[in-house]
Amino acid sequence: MAIEEKRLILKYTDQPGYTNDIDCYIKHGGYEDLKKAFKMKPEDICEEVLQSGVRGRGGAGFPAGMKWKFLDRKSGKPIYLICNADESEPGTFKDRQIIHKDPHQLIEGILCSAYAIQAKLAFIYIRGEFFEGYKILERAIEEARVKNFLGDNILGSDYSCDIIVHRGAGAYICGEETGLIESLEGKRANPRIKPPYFPAALGLYQCPTIVNNVETLCDVKHVINMGGKEFAKIGTPGNTGTRIWCVSGHVQKPGYYEFPCAGVTLGELIYDVCGGLLPGRKLKAVIPGGSSSKILRADERFTGKKKDGTEFDWGIEDIPMDFDSLSLVGSMSGSGGVIIMDDSTDMVEALANINYFYAHESCGQCTPCREGVPWMKKITTRMCTGGAREEDVDLLKSVADQIAGRTICAFGEAASWPVQSFIAKFKDEFEAKAKEQAILRKQGEDTATETSLI
Amino acid sequence: MDLKQSTLDKIDHLVPRYPDKRSAALPLCHLVQEDLGYLSNESVEWIAKRLDLEPINISEIVTFYPMLKTEAQGKYQVRVCRTLSCALAGAYKTCKQFEEAFDCKVGSTSEDGLVSLEYVECHADCGRAPVVMIGEKEYTGIKTDEAHELIERIKNGTVDTE
Ligand SMILES: Cc1cc2nc3c(=O)[nH]c(=O)nc-3n(C[C@H](O)[C@H](O)[C@H](O)COP(=O)(O)O)c2cc1C
Ligand code: SF4
Ligand code: FES
Repeated sequence: MAIEEKRLILKYTDQPGYTNDIDCYIKHGGYEDLKKAFKMKPEDICEEVLQSGVRGRGGAGFPAGMKWKFLDRKSGKPIYLICNADESEPGTFKDRQIIHKDPHQLIEGILCSAYAIQAKLAFIYIRGEFFEGYKILERAIEEARVKNFLGDNILGSDYSCDIIVHRGAGAYICGEETGLIESLEGKRANPRIKPPYFPAALGLYQCPTIVNNVETLCDVKHVINMGGKEFAKIGTPGNTGTRIWCVSGHVQKPGYYEFPCAGVTLGELIYDVCGGLLPGRKLKAVIPGGSSSKILRADERFTGKKKDGTEFDWGIEDIPMDFDSLSLVGSMSGSGGVIIMDDSTDMVEALANINYFYAHESCGQCTPCREGVPWMKKITTRMCTGGAREEDVDLLKSVADQIAGRTICAFGEAASWPVQSFIAKFKDEFEAKAKEQAILRKQGEDTATETSLI
Repeated sequence: MDLKQSTLDKIDHLVPRYPDKRSAALPLCHLVQEDLGYLSNESVEWIAKRLDLEPINISEIVTFYPMLKTEAQGKYQVRVCRTLSCALAGAYKTCKQFEEAFDCKVGSTSEDGLVSLEYVECHADCGRAPVVMIGEKEYTGIKTDEAHELIERIKNGTVDTE
């Protein structure tokens, strides 16, 4: 039997008759939580968010309440809130659903959060390719302004806040929060070095700034609605609330599905929720949290000890979908983008595809990243198109090992993890490709092969 | 510079909203490009002047962001997502169909100026792969048959671009 979703953020979206205009939103209880927030003290909201335990949904999973606590409130400078709607981690498409189908929920979440941190100006940094999403947000903001949910003296209070929707222009690195801030300042999106440029202290225009993901900010609205303690009851301790898993690749029913953290296992997600693999196919591998998260092999056993000391022994299908479990198995829940690959997938090609992405997207500031990532792309591409050398696998790994940990931003890791994990888990396929081509070459035969992923 | 009045109005409305007007650089690039099709040197200089910046300040962002173009594009801008989920669903094959139909290598504009074809990276709709954008409109699930249909609609001018 199919497992039922438990929708919190996407509760109304996709229901027949539910539209993205403000009247429909209000009819479904919209902006009541904003009114409730305005009856609370800002610092009490921050406390609720801390108690809720809600962790960032953008990638790193850092607790939102903790991040807000780091905010430098003594500087006397204006405080800014930025909603990260760049949604550019391959495999991720949850923020798109919220923006398109329930923009007012996001706006309400932003206003609740802005009020809590006392920001007078908030930005939604939206990726440039979301032409329609941009128009939807612009319209929604004007609707909210007319009803005085944003703008001057919101709901008759002495608090004012405006939201500016700012469009990116096709660069993945704008998703990295300090790259985003540079971009928002009208520059190239070159990430800043931390320390000292932690946004909560030195962010936009060198002012204290909070950057949160779309889904995280929607969660804040629900924290206000039910209170931090109640919110924390969804999921498991340390992994609270729901998450929207975006499933793509070789399954019957790709799509977005919302569950409480740990409320579904990877196996249930693939077989019960997504209808299983394509006919006649077997599971080969899963990338669980966007393309930079480390790949899991279908026949691996994952064993070890949880934080509470209990032991676990999981097959891939047993892994509970939450932050901690996915990091226990050596990967991460990242942005929630779950990419499924069946036994028809050539792993060398899949990695070549991923390397192409990161080589295209490096901002170019750090030498290991600027030079190393295109080098990894070059190696995996030649392995797929007939130019593989037997030393390539080791070379590839050594390049990756020399990027991770030596760069300004986490892109270096994001680009190295796929290479390191693909090689650790599918080394035989890489070696076989190189050997096969070496033999053909020796026989004077053509090594060129057809590819489908690169 | 021959910008439409509506573009100028949007620019005048937008610039003062930012605490620092340099922040309006990227939005202005979008607005000017939407109006004129691409960003010429003249456009770059105009935007710089409008924001009290040096032309290099605009140039360096124009060369950084893939969506900003420095050359005229075809009548239809066709962007095929080639990232993993789309590739697993056959995006490379889809792209080949476009290449052959318009005799246009990916990364270039067809000789008759009808289409500019390019690969783009994940468009955040991977559950409905392969994803293709034509102008500002997104098309999903574009496998062989669907690609064929889109190609016909581009050829006879009935395809929606927004
Ligand atoms: C290379 C890179 C790309 C990122 N892309 C995104 C993105 O597209 N969307 C997003 O919300 N966060 C992205 N992040 C994470 C952000 O830097 C930041 O941690 C996040 O927006 C914080 O919000 P959260 O705490 O609510 O998750 C990215 C990080 C890195 C290193
Ligand atoms: S790691 Fe790469 S993307 Fe990040 S700052 Fe360095 S060069 Fe840029
Ligand atoms: S991979 Fe094409 S939309 Fe994500």
